[in-house]
Amino acid sequence: MASDNANNRWELRLSGTGGQGLMLAGLILAEAAGVVEGRKVVQTQSYGPESTGGAAKSDVIISADEILHTQVARPDILLCLSQEACTKYAKDVRPGGTLVIDPLFVRDIPTEAHGLKVVEVDATRKATELGRRVVANVVALGALVAVTRVVSRQAIEAAVLARAPKGTEDLNRRALQAGYEAIQG
Amino acid sequence: MTRRLLLGNEAIGEGALAAGVRFFAGYPITPATEIAEFMARRLPAVDGTFIQMEDEIGSMCAVVGASLAGVKAMTASSGPGLSLKQEAIGMAAMQEVPCVVVDVMRVGPSTGMATLPAQQDVMQARWGTHGDRGAIALCPSSVKECFDLAVRAVNLAERFRTPVHLLADAEVGHMREVIDIPERVEIENRRRPTVPAGDPSFQAYAGDADGVPPMADFGAGYLWHAEASTHNARGDLASTDHVAAAALNRRLIDKVNQKAKEITFYSERRLDDAEVVIVSYGVSARGAAEAVEMARAEGIKAGLLTLQTIWPFPAHLIEGLMGEGEAAAKLRPQGGCPKAVLVAELNAGQVVIEVDRAVRGRASVELVGRHDGRILAPADILARIKEVR
Repeated sequence: MASDNANNRWELRLSGTGGQGLMLAGLILAEAAGVVEGRKVVQTQSYGPESTGGAAKSDVIISADEILHTQVARPDILLCLSQEACTKYAKDVRPGGTLVIDPLFVRDIPTEAHGLKVVEVDATRKATELGRRVVANVVALGALVAVTRVVSRQAIEAAVLARAPKGTEDLNRRALQAGYEAIQG
Repeated sequence: MTRRLLLGNEAIGEGALAAGVRFFAGYPITPATEIAEFMARRLPAVDGTFIQMEDEIGSMCAVVGASLAGVKAMTASSGPGLSLKQEAIGMAAMQEVPCVVVDVMRVGPSTGMATLPAQQDVMQARWGTHGDRGAIALCPSSVKECFDLAVRAVNLAERFRTPVHLLADAEVGHMREVIDIPERVEIENRRRPTVPAGDPSFQAYAGDADGVPPMADFGAGYLWHAEASTHNARGDLASTDHVAAAALNRRLIDKVNQKAKEITFYSERRLDDAEVVIVSYGVSARGAAEAVEMARAEGIKAGLLTLQTIWPFPAHLIEGLMGEGEAAAKLRPQGGCPKAVLVAELNAGQVVIEVDRAVRGRASVELVGRHDGRILAPADILARIKEVR
């Protein structure tokens, strides 16, 4: 439950390669918490050349209280959709934190990250099965929320649908569902 | 009221539109480009005009022209662009043309680190254009303040007939927070002449009681010359007239600086009994606020003064921090002077110069600064608090 978090404050990093839709996923997560649920959020992301190639990241801070400092140094949750991102960011995760990975891309978890809770989600493969690989970000988001309950299911669904291009609502809903099922079986 | 997750840069655009800006000319530059993109999307829908000009200089000149014609006008850039605009900003100050110049600060000098935050243009906003004048510059430290201070920047430009700087930084411009956009904001419009068009008694540059002359739109039938050289009250060239020069320069300085208190916006945190006070602005104030909370959790009496107005420099607030003057009642109700003042900013020391000058030796004043493209970490500020306490 969200309230399990001691300070009712979450720091999340969504990472991968430019083009995997992680900037959008970060935005959707921030809108779910901030606009739909009315909590405080700060979202920042890689900018420029980084965001179209190499290890790209979107950081989201969610809190019941005012958020002061704007940067994430030690995320509670790290989502990795590429090996490069995992290698770069896994060491930053707070002890006791959670690492969510797509095993299609992430084969190797750095030794510094041992001891973290690791959750494997076949996001890209499931998205391909749904017929559109581009919704891997939404599958991953579904799994991330299912594991952490950082926002409610209703909030993340509302936020995903608010951003879904016309005609893709059903696809996005199914992608989110696939993410949830990956965790809850 | 609409609740939305917005970039700081988008909130600046929303604020400008809400305040009535209907003309934007600009040239793309990181990290300010989202402001131009926003205005390009939104201005046509409100019968406004967006022009991507050939360069920064052209953009600034177009803004001056639009404002002369009676339209609220804005441009946005970053440090290198602000350098290029300086001559035209001085022209706008001299001709007394209201306009807003946004600078989303990045690391310099020159093209520096285009994507990374800095606060190195504080003195450029004050002294970047040549000659004396009263300057106005506001600094947001959140997305909400991006909106609010954009509204205020437009209003102040109109009220004082002068270019107003909105000094954001790349971190604040590029972060997203949720804000509630109000249906309506308080709007100030430039005062128009009370005499009818064509009246021969009209004097374009006769300062009213507050030193700000009413402004006629170009094309409205008033005879006036927007003269960039020294001019008299009628706007006639007076470039060897010492009396006219003295009066004009004095008025351009006083109309702003004598209203410093009215132009001062700030917020404060735990100042009343603070032994160590941090003065900060923009994104640095966010890390400083966290450092204050960390210090308090350890029993250290720290506090924060966040300046939203940098120019005219609010020396009266610093006086209040020292427990003196009328601002003391609000900032230091128990009186008394803190032991030390730290100024947290992303440069090698700019606002700290003004703070030091205002403190006048009553407390130690030190800079907590950096200029490597990183923002100040709360732990680093906390360490300095412990050093000076």
